[in-house]
Amino acid sequence: MSVRLIWRKSLNAFMLSLTGLCALLTVSALFFILGYLVWNGGKDLSWNFFTHLPAPVGEPGGGMANAILGTLKLLLLAALVGVPIGLLGGVYLAEFGGRTMPFLVRYTADLLNGVPSIVIGIFAYALVVIPMHHFSTLAGGFALGIMVIPTVLRNTESFLRDVPPALREGSFALGANKWKMIATVVLPAASRGILTGVLLALARVAGETAPLLFTAFGNRYWSPGWNQPTSSLPVVIYTYATGPYEDWHQQAWAAGLVLLGLVLLTNITVRAFLSRGSSYERI
Amino acid sequence: MATTPNATTPAELGWSPQALLRRMRGADEIAHLITFIAAATLLLITVLLVFQLWVHSAEARAKFGWTFFVTRTWDPVAGDFGALPFIYGTLVTSAVALVIAVPLGVGAAIFLAELAPPKLSSSLTFVSDLLAAVPSVIYGLLGVFLLVPLMRKTVQPALKSTLGFLPLFKGPTYGIGFLTAGIVLAIMVVPFVLSVSREVLLAVPRDQREAALALGATKWESTWKVVVPAARIGIFGSVFLALARALGETMAVTMVVGNNPMISASLFSPGYSIAAVLANEFSEATGNLYLSALIELGLVLFLLTFVLNGLARLLILVTTARGSGVLPS
Amino acid sequence: MRIAKVLAVFAVLLALGTVTVAEGGQVLLNAAGATFPYPMYSKWFDVYRQAHPNIQINYQSIGSGGGIRQLLDKTVDFGASDGPMNDDQLKQASVPILHFPTVMGADVPSYNVPGVSAELNFTPEALAGIFLGKITKWNDPAIVSANSGVKLPADDIVVVHRSDGSGTTYIWTDYLSKISPEWQTKVGKATSVNWPVGLGGKGNEGVAGLIQQTPDSLGYIELIYAIQNKIAYGRVKNSSGAFVKADLASVSAAAAATAKFMPDDFRVSITNPEGKAAYPIASFTWLLIPSKFSDTAKRDAVKDFLKWMMTDGQQYCEGLAYAKLPKEVVVKEMKAVGKIE
Repeated sequence: MSVRLIWRKSLNAFMLSLTGLCALLTVSALFFILGYLVWNGGKDLSWNFFTHLPAPVGEPGGGMANAILGTLKLLLLAALVGVPIGLLGGVYLAEFGGRTMPFLVRYTADLLNGVPSIVIGIFAYALVVIPMHHFSTLAGGFALGIMVIPTVLRNTESFLRDVPPALREGSFALGANKWKMIATVVLPAASRGILTGVLLALARVAGETAPLLFTAFGNRYWSPGWNQPTSSLPVVIYTYATGPYEDWHQQAWAAGLVLLGLVLLTNITVRAFLSRGSSYERI
Repeated sequence: MATTPNATTPAELGWSPQALLRRMRGADEIAHLITFIAAATLLLITVLLVFQLWVHSAEARAKFGWTFFVTRTWDPVAGDFGALPFIYGTLVTSAVALVIAVPLGVGAAIFLAELAPPKLSSSLTFVSDLLAAVPSVIYGLLGVFLLVPLMRKTVQPALKSTLGFLPLFKGPTYGIGFLTAGIVLAIMVVPFVLSVSREVLLAVPRDQREAALALGATKWESTWKVVVPAARIGIFGSVFLALARALGETMAVTMVVGNNPMISASLFSPGYSIAAVLANEFSEATGNLYLSALIELGLVLFLLTFVLNGLARLLILVTTARGSGVLPS
Repeated sequence: MRIAKVLAVFAVLLALGTVTVAEGGQVLLNAAGATFPYPMYSKWFDVYRQAHPNIQINYQSIGSGGGIRQLLDKTVDFGASDGPMNDDQLKQASVPILHFPTVMGADVPSYNVPGVSAELNFTPEALAGIFLGKITKWNDPAIVSANSGVKLPADDIVVVHRSDGSGTTYIWTDYLSKISPEWQTKVGKATSVNWPVGLGGKGNEGVAGLIQQTPDSLGYIELIYAIQNKIAYGRVKNSSGAFVKADLASVSAAAAATAKFMPDDFRVSITNPEGKAAYPIASFTWLLIPSKFSDTAKRDAVKDFLKWMMTDGQQYCEGLAYAKLPKEVVVKEMKAVGKIE
């Protein structure tokens, strides 16, 4: 073997193992985070944590039932605001549209995706909270909903574009018109990907704190209806982590574990269910 | 994945051809209109957002003009506001994040796309995607209680003793600061670099690899000289996607950056980012000018994203002859 | 279609959520503001709610500056602050705002100097000099002269302050403005100021954390945070020349010195008071109540709560390390409750 060949082979081995190390580092971060949260927050999880309201400061016991419900309500609203617009907008980009408009929409979607969540919070504060004279679940859901739109839109578009042209052509050949082709052939074919995208977008906003600070605000108690401030897991974690009390820190770890568990379990379940036993492919 | 085309059977089309044609056109147009409205709503929201930021920052813009961007003072009592330390902090933390995240993410993507057996690759990608789903407040929590003490006691002293001759690693080691914020951001954006890069690498046709290998190239050579260049546009896309996330990140940065409007060459120094100052001061700024200056900062952040997005697109348009300018996401 | 099904499920859930609105007769009040009295307020609102199950007061501790802003934006029913609203802010309000003192607290100079276990003494001149950036070493004569027998290192002082708008900062800068003309002209007093030197931490906890983590640091925090986090804090020389440590008695003494001169709007600063036993960096904390409520149920609930807080509520103060209101102030406040319409 020539020196050059040896050099090439060892470079090959070295660089390839380096990429392996990169992959190992990246994926081990998740297990580390999860492990650390379980280690720190696991012991404070109890039945009370899920069923009780927070106790006054410095008193033992208490839970975060209101924050858990609040997060679920906010996500529901976010989905109602964000998914229809994102989904239909994605259909527009993939199936209709000329030259300028799709470019503009795609560009804006990426732009909106990059807008800091805190700016979205300010926007929702000015647009919803100030006119209503009320912090509310609605305002928080609105802010999260806006954040959902670009992700769902771009995801929907890309999955629709992945639908093989043969399916469309087949549908056309059978005489279907365009919207029927979209509704009965293209969307169902892409539905697994689209739904995954939607749930991913929701999982992302589930942990958003900044846009909720001045919209959903916080609540010590249950938040009745949709027009009152509500507690949410991320905001509680932030408040408790930066608060001065040791038992708050403990509860912040526990709440962090619950939030992470909620997000990861949703992700895993959805993906497993959607892939229906076939090997996991994309997203 | 593919469901059988559930198309209309010819039997259902049994009316007069003309009427059918009209009906189809009408339905198509309605569908077109509805989806158009949805797409336009996105534009409308964004325009409204810019409008709000523009209108509510009027007072600060009138008072400070362009000097806002080069002024280093941030004095709520005297009513003197400048954006420079916040812009600086935002750019520095994001740069640190990219310097760490891009090699790591692209390296991992190469492993997953080119080397790992399909089963391993898909499960590792799954894990990386789960990592992308970890809420930012959790990163903040770990940042405050785990990373900051680690940086102060171990990482920063080590850097100081080895690379201390560089201006980047000088000064007291507080634990918090640009470097820590950048590292937290890096961990947060790696999955984005990874998943997009992996996808574009996988999209490179198989025969290109095989051709390179057949010519006697090693696996690494075929990857680095053939596959990666073919996928570079998408990789650039992933970098800018990561940058967008890094610039916009609020909570995790607020919790570890040090919250002090300082401009310092040292990465150990505490700093501030635009998003962090908004999180800290927006809900409590009492003067109109103060509030207006904060909203102008929001506008600056928005414009920064706008310009970077534009640059990304330009880059992609220049490097690709195809010129569709679509960022993979 | 799967997506349509999912949307339908969402719609049903939404409908269910809307049905579960408040039971009739519930009075829901939202309030926000100061973080320092939060433990006290959360205890009060909780105990009060047990006695009056139909009244629910949701208090969020977002900071004094935030309490004032949100009250002016009318997004909360009432606010709370460690620093009184200034005239400009009062002018911005659509209805006159009333101040009601609730409890008292103190800012303490907290430090972390390796090798020093003694309780340090601080003169006003030393504190002003350190925060102006003129005194930079721990062994500066201004510090050493007040601490005979303590061996102070020749290290740089790391000043720590709040990065967010805060009543704690207001009290601290109010005090520095009173004792240092230079501070008053250069920096001034406010919930957030342009600091000549130092690191910023968010919230009392952020500052406390920075002090604990940073050797040779000095910062200011609310007394209860120093106690909670077991951080060393020093005595401060008061106007009578005595070095006084912050505790319930010395804070009460500061209030007693000022109680006789309490103005009708209760906006009073009790920093640097007279009296040998008085701690010089103390303050009342206030609830900020609009003088007019359009909703009579809310108005009655607020008035009833205020009366309860000043009588039955005061018994919970000392257990949580807050100083009780002086008798004269309570009498005066009781009268002021009548101004709420």
